[in-house]
Amino acid sequence: MMIKLQAKDIIFGYDSNPILENVNFEIAPSRLVTIVGPNGSGKSTLIKCIDRIVSPQGGSILIDRKDVTKMSRMDVARYLSYVPQSSVRIFPTNVFDTILMGRRPHIGWLGSEGDEEKVWDVLRLLNIERLAMSNFNELSGGQQQKVLIARALVQEAEVMLLDEPTSNLDIWHQLDVMNIIRDVVKKREITAIMALHDLNLASTYSDRIIMMKRGRIVAAGDPTSVITAENIASVYRVEAAVRNLSDRPMIMPLRQIKG
Amino acid sequence: MMGYRAFFHGKPDAGPSRSRRAGKKSGVELAHERFKFIRLFFVLSIVALLVLLTGFIITLGPLNISVADAYSALLARFWPDYFHVETLTSRVVWNIRFPRIVGGIMAGFGLGICGCVMQAVLKNPLASPFTLGITAGAQFGISIAAVIGVSIFGGPYFIIGNAFVCALFCSLFIIALAAIKGATSENLVLAGIAVNYFFTAISQLLKYFASDEQLRLMTNWGMGDLAAFSWANSCLLLAVFVICFPLLLSKSWDLNIMTAGDEAAKSIGVDAEKTRIFIMIVTSLLVATIVCFMGTIAFVGLVAPHMARMVIGGDHRFLIPASGVLGGLVLMSADAVGMNMIAPTIIPTGIMTSIVGVPFFMYLMMKGKRKEFWT
Repeated sequence: MMIKLQAKDIIFGYDSNPILENVNFEIAPSRLVTIVGPNGSGKSTLIKCIDRIVSPQGGSILIDRKDVTKMSRMDVARYLSYVPQSSVRIFPTNVFDTILMGRRPHIGWLGSEGDEEKVWDVLRLLNIERLAMSNFNELSGGQQQKVLIARALVQEAEVMLLDEPTSNLDIWHQLDVMNIIRDVVKKREITAIMALHDLNLASTYSDRIIMMKRGRIVAAGDPTSVITAENIASVYRVEAAVRNLSDRPMIMPLRQIKG
Repeated sequence: MMGYRAFFHGKPDAGPSRSRRAGKKSGVELAHERFKFIRLFFVLSIVALLVLLTGFIITLGPLNISVADAYSALLARFWPDYFHVETLTSRVVWNIRFPRIVGGIMAGFGLGICGCVMQAVLKNPLASPFTLGITAGAQFGISIAAVIGVSIFGGPYFIIGNAFVCALFCSLFIIALAAIKGATSENLVLAGIAVNYFFTAISQLLKYFASDEQLRLMTNWGMGDLAAFSWANSCLLLAVFVICFPLLLSKSWDLNIMTAGDEAAKSIGVDAEKTRIFIMIVTSLLVATIVCFMGTIAFVGLVAPHMARMVIGGDHRFLIPASGVLGGLVLMSADAVGMNMIAPTIIPTGIMTSIVGVPFFMYLMMKGKRKEFWT
């Protein structure tokens, strides 16, 4: 089943400090979408609002024409999975058990061979099978990120949300993680929506980019239409050179725009 | 056309994972199988150890009873045709020694499972069943009964009833506070500590005005003792267990997920705050019942989950029962030592548990190679 995600007039803020103001967008199925914008523009908050980790104060999020804001938490978890930026476990847990937790929305108390089989399949898909019995806390940042993606994958949701999945990684692992996400979007026909800081990564991998500034969407579309020198100047207040490289715009930041 | 290999060895469309499953398992898969076996084996072997030790501990005391007689006396109650034992032995076993052992196991079991779930919901390795101020509440109840003579129930439950009601009130107050303000683990721990100080201060104020006799009553309770465990009390405790244990166990998956943080828990479908409040209410009920009968034995609830975690890891489906049986084992053994070490003087269970348990725990802590000693 292919489903469409729609956000209508999402409002969120802490006390009198608005973070999201009337955010609207629509995402077609089986796409890789990135949300970009400066610090504090509301990217991560938007991701959390979609998954109802924080509850939006107004508006609705429709998935498969059902309103996420009115669903039980368990139902939300069947439609949407979430990959946090990082995760520290207070009590050490091995990688296998960490991933198995993602089966919670589908699992009975006893668990089943089938659930464990799904964990092994995802471990093989991400090529981290050998880490299955390692302690999650003792893994490198890149490995931890893959385990968190694996946990979201066994959740078998149609939409995967990711909060800056590459922020703590070196360039090799950045590409590794982005390739994994691109592959699963294709193979499993799911939609991935991620908040991302790196504009060049966003441009290279995205089918669609949403650019935000101070809680509002200022541009949305394919990379060529969003990653432009004008948009970067007005949203980031940075003068940048934008060049095309294999049909994707790449940026080189040159100087800050003061005043 | 189907290749000869597929023809002889299975369906041609069998994917790589399927064929691997049918054939040999990889090293890491075998390690996982072994790990699952150890988890189950550990719980069962502790249960076996409890049964064995029960027989041995029954033999300790002024009246000589052999191990065989001990088991015969226990079994004769159920199958009188097959097992025979002297009336005196049977009376000593059933009226004196066995109830205390059962009390010890039940109390240790309850404190162990409560410590385990509290550490999970508070995401804190220092949490114990008493983090919510239950002890301070119970101590307060006992102080007002002893010093002012005000009590909620009369008769034999004059003091116990007070301890129970005040302990429960104290923790429910903290839970209510957290439910209004947001039941994060930080809020709960802070509120717990604050309320703890408050009730301790009031108890101390009452102590200040208490007579020698009243002081003695208050101090004895604080040491923790299994002497109050009669069959009637044990049945009461058992009834609370039958309700609370399945409730806690049913939340195993949610607890597993909550140790990964509230955000992760929410995204996987677990309402962390609701689960936290639910667990706290069940725990309060169980701990208040245990505490009012036997006073504070804090060490078991803190340490049994850590010891279990060192061996079987963090899956609460196994960790909760393992913490329970381990708690029972520690408390029962420590009580047996306290009863018999310098007999006829009985050293209170609470004191003995720490004296016996702490060196053992220290040993386990130092032995661990990892930084996180509760691995």
